[in-house]
Amino acid sequence: MAEPAHSDQPLLQTPLHAAHVALGARMVPFAGYDMPVQYPTGILTEHTWTREHAGLFDVSHMGQAFLVAEDKSHETVAKALEALVPADVLSLKPNQQRYSQLTAEDGGILDDLMVTRVGAPGHEGWLYVVVNASMKAADYTHIQARLPKGVTLAPKDDLALMALQGPSAESVLAKLAPAVAELPFMMSADVQIDGIACHVSRSGYTGEDGFEISCRAEDAARLWDRLLSDPEVKPIGLGARDSLRLEAGLCLYGHDIDAATSPIEAGLIWSIQKRRREEGGFPGASRIQREIKDGSARVRVGIRPEGRAPAREGAIITTPDGREVGIVTSGGFGPTVNAPVAMGYVSRDVSALGTDLHLVVRGKPLPAKVAAMPFAPHHYKR
Amino acid sequence: MTTRYTKDHEYVRVEGDAGIVGISDYAQSQLGDVVFVELPSVGKTLAKGDEAAVVESVKAASEVYAPVSGEVVEVNSELEASPGTVNEDPAGRGWFMKIRLTNQSELDGLLTEEQYQEFVKSIS
Repeated sequence: MAEPAHSDQPLLQTPLHAAHVALGARMVPFAGYDMPVQYPTGILTEHTWTREHAGLFDVSHMGQAFLVAEDKSHETVAKALEALVPADVLSLKPNQQRYSQLTAEDGGILDDLMVTRVGAPGHEGWLYVVVNASMKAADYTHIQARLPKGVTLAPKDDLALMALQGPSAESVLAKLAPAVAELPFMMSADVQIDGIACHVSRSGYTGEDGFEISCRAEDAARLWDRLLSDPEVKPIGLGARDSLRLEAGLCLYGHDIDAATSPIEAGLIWSIQKRRREEGGFPGASRIQREIKDGSARVRVGIRPEGRAPAREGAIITTPDGREVGIVTSGGFGPTVNAPVAMGYVSRDVSALGTDLHLVVRGKPLPAKVAAMPFAPHHYKR
Repeated sequence: MTTRYTKDHEYVRVEGDAGIVGISDYAQSQLGDVVFVELPSVGKTLAKGDEAAVVESVKAASEVYAPVSGEVVEVNSELEASPGTVNEDPAGRGWFMKIRLTNQSELDGLLTEEQYQEFVKSIS
């Protein structure tokens, strides 16, 4: 058996690092951080627990930042961000959140992100953005270089972020902060939990109902322990986070989306609201608008291998007669569907649901079919 | 009955002229939940060090190399339906394949139980 590769780079730690070690987590390098890939019970158990109860994830490695308009106008800061992303930021209501992408001039995706219009009184003209850990330095440089006068980006490295995901998430969190029960999907609120100031949004990346909770780094360990003290909550590592988001059909930056893929190829057209589709005015608009109109040459699809062998990222996709038509960008075993699942890019002519394909796994073509995503149904609280 | 190990964490438990091959308890604990095992076909001839099987955990695929040369005379087809057996009982019900040894002297180059446990201590 081959040994896993180890990096000698000094690794950063989140404010919850000691908590993970104390819980017996297996720590691995991820995006420059020493992160828990799994706790002693293992990935399958963690995955299933999240789907049936509530899982607690440390996502403090992700980048949290505020975009602030000096004139305290939402319009000013929204327009500044709209110059960088294809989402409609202007129409966000206070405390509303949206998923979007930083796009390049050629329409490729530089990173994906969550943007929230801050609703706290006195913070008019603030947007809160969360970006991927692996991209945050590049994102901050990219954004800062393109902001108009009067708008500034303030990275907040003194914040922690955790996600509570699963069908029990609402009841668990509402015991501590009753207001969260009323939050609809993609809305946020500022609440106190045991005297800890928290920004809670009803969102996540597992396909389950749940919350992302931001708090000051110094309060993170106490909040983590408080949430874990509920018997419905168990800590979940990056391994299950990946299998959960794959079953939910959600893109992982650097794998399913990157600078070579456009939001349209990736099937993210839903994240570009009508006004932006029509008006453009974001980097890569000419390509993205063309692909909206004419369709892209290749598209991201869900794939179900017919046997038990998982197809991993990088597996070549062919037609049954051997014509190479694409590549798997994420693949593995889906514990909830109890079968291998994958997603990848294929030529549009073989992208229809049910199309027979082959996935080349260790040199062998294995039968598979284009399948609907998500593989496990979403349970968002609309 | 002797069991010998490779530094790649395969074991071979010798019973007469046959060896039962699997992965060590340390290996299964490092892999995490096993979800699929690809086994060789019966009758296949393997040279020591050849890729003999693939074990897939939720996270990744890992090759299993033949610890000894020989012909595959039996495979553990139960792993097809319950790959998790590799985690539960790697030295017992979680075996992978039975090989008819063609070169018994290859066993001398493998680690004894004691040497293997020392080796695991040194890397963990």
